Amino acid sequence: MRRLAAFLALIAASLAAPAPAGARDITIDLTDPIVSITTGFSGTDLLLYGAVKEPGDVVVVVRGPAEDQVVRRKEKVAGVWINRDEIRFDRVPTFYRVSSNRPLDEFLPHELADRLQIGLKNLDIQTSHWGPLPHDPFAFREGLIRNLQRQGLYMKEVGDVVFLSENLFRTRLSFPANVSVGSFTIEVYLFRAGKLASTATTLLTVRKFGFEAQVYDLAHRFSLIYGVLAVVIAVVAGWAANAAFRKG
Amino acid sequence: MDIYLPIAEMSVNVFVIFGMGAAVGFLSGLFGVGGGFLMTPLLIFVGIPPAVAVATEANQIVAASVSGVLAHWRRGNVDLKMGMVLLVGGVIGSSFGVWLFTFLRELGQVDLVIRLSYVVFLSIIGALMLVESVRAMMARRRDAPRRQHSHNWLHGLPFKMRFRRSRLYISALLPLGVGIFVGLLAAIMGVGGGFVMVPAMIYLLGMPTSVVVGTSLFQIIFVTANVTVLQSVTNQTVDIVLALLLLFGGVIGAQIGARFGAKIHGEQLRGMLAVIVLLVCGKLTWDLFTTPTDIFTIGAVGH
Repeated sequence: MRRLAAFLALIAASLAAPAPAGARDITIDLTDPIVSITTGFSGTDLLLYGAVKEPGDVVVVVRGPAEDQVVRRKEKVAGVWINRDEIRFDRVPTFYRVSSNRPLDEFLPHELADRLQIGLKNLDIQTSHWGPLPHDPFAFREGLIRNLQRQGLYMKEVGDVVFLSENLFRTRLSFPANVSVGSFTIEVYLFRAGKLASTATTLLTVRKFGFEAQVYDLAHRFSLIYGVLAVVIAVVAGWAANAAFRKG
Repeated sequence: MDIYLPIAEMSVNVFVIFGMGAAVGFLSGLFGVGGGFLMTPLLIFVGIPPAVAVATEANQIVAASVSGVLAHWRRGNVDLKMGMVLLVGGVIGSSFGVWLFTFLRELGQVDLVIRLSYVVFLSIIGALMLVESVRAMMARRRDAPRRQHSHNWLHGLPFKMRFRRSRLYISALLPLGVGIFVGLLAAIMGVGGGFVMVPAMIYLLGMPTSVVVGTSLFQIIFVTANVTVLQSVTNQTVDIVLALLLLFGGVIGAQIGARFGAKIHGEQLRGMLAVIVLLVCGKLTWDLFTTPTDIFTIGAVGH
């Protein structure tokens, strides 16, 4: 129902009488701006709808909340693989996905992709590493991206944006079960003739909800109470198990 | 059916976790061991972060030990005084262990230390058990009298204490030392430590076998409770939801296992357990030496 409502709202928007001067060239809407992680959460799909006033190429970039990451490289020491060198990267997006209506290199000039950080090789990942860098530091960046891809958090390939009509498009955004909580930004770029014609941005909130949120909050904010509670639950459960099977 | 684990921050299949709990519970009921040394590696194999696996398993062992100790308590098989001395050592050892765990985690070496500890201890214990059960099976017909514990330099240590129920008059430093060592293992490996404690009590302290298991379980409750609280406070890695799932399967499995165990010979049981221990050990050793799928690993900082 909600999807339909969003869809109809957009059709209405795109068909509306001539927009006032300076109006947005591109309008977007999400089926749901909040993703709630509850007990049964195993990932979710959202639809993003958008309307453009004049046809062009559309790129959708989704970024998760940033987090510092340590990347460690294993080396063989006396036959055993051991973590040796490490580089710390600052404020790495925990989620990154790009979708477009056709292959990027068909319409997007390289300088523009680089400036807008569209595509994994253009994503800015900074390090405040102090002291001499380990050999081949670029391999650490590759390693970071590869790990995040394996966890399903970074795209392996560019996703699809589908044009439903000349002006109306849609894309499916998938989030895996291990998605971070926090604020996600969704940026939509409209390109015409190799130039950026317009952009639109919307936010998506991912949060734990209900029981999961309470457990997580308790564990992090009142960790002593949480620990004692965990022990009490275990003692009661152990005692109950013993009592139940003694009767039987 | 999937369930989201709030602390591990991942989604797992309820039946897989429940089945793992039941399978390890079955083995622990069958062999009379805690099963932590099998469960923690299994949790790591299915993708639970090692730090969460170790801390959560400690929480589950609290419940398993409470459930186990009650039967021994009723039969009077718990040496309370010995248990107290062991647990003082255990609390010291496990507190230091949690601190060491946190330190190694920051260094990025905690996974390696967990795996290495497992390889070392499982190979020693597995080999010892296998040798002993083979020897016992060969000598089943002969009725060799059990050798009493011998006197050596360990009995010259100061602070002697009388343990009535164990019929021992030994230095308190001995059980204290055993407690510290086992506590350290409990914190780093996510085990109760019964598999080290029980042989140490029999061979090192010379306790009668009848009180060994009950007393060991008694002290494990407190050591793993201490680990659970300290891990919660310092690392926030105890997942109550995961612990409950494991517990539920474990309790049922243990009851079935105990009934099966009554029908099999002791030496055969020990031989089978030795083989399982060596298999787990072999898998962990294999992983240490083979080239990893990716030589780079990542970890979030300040989270």
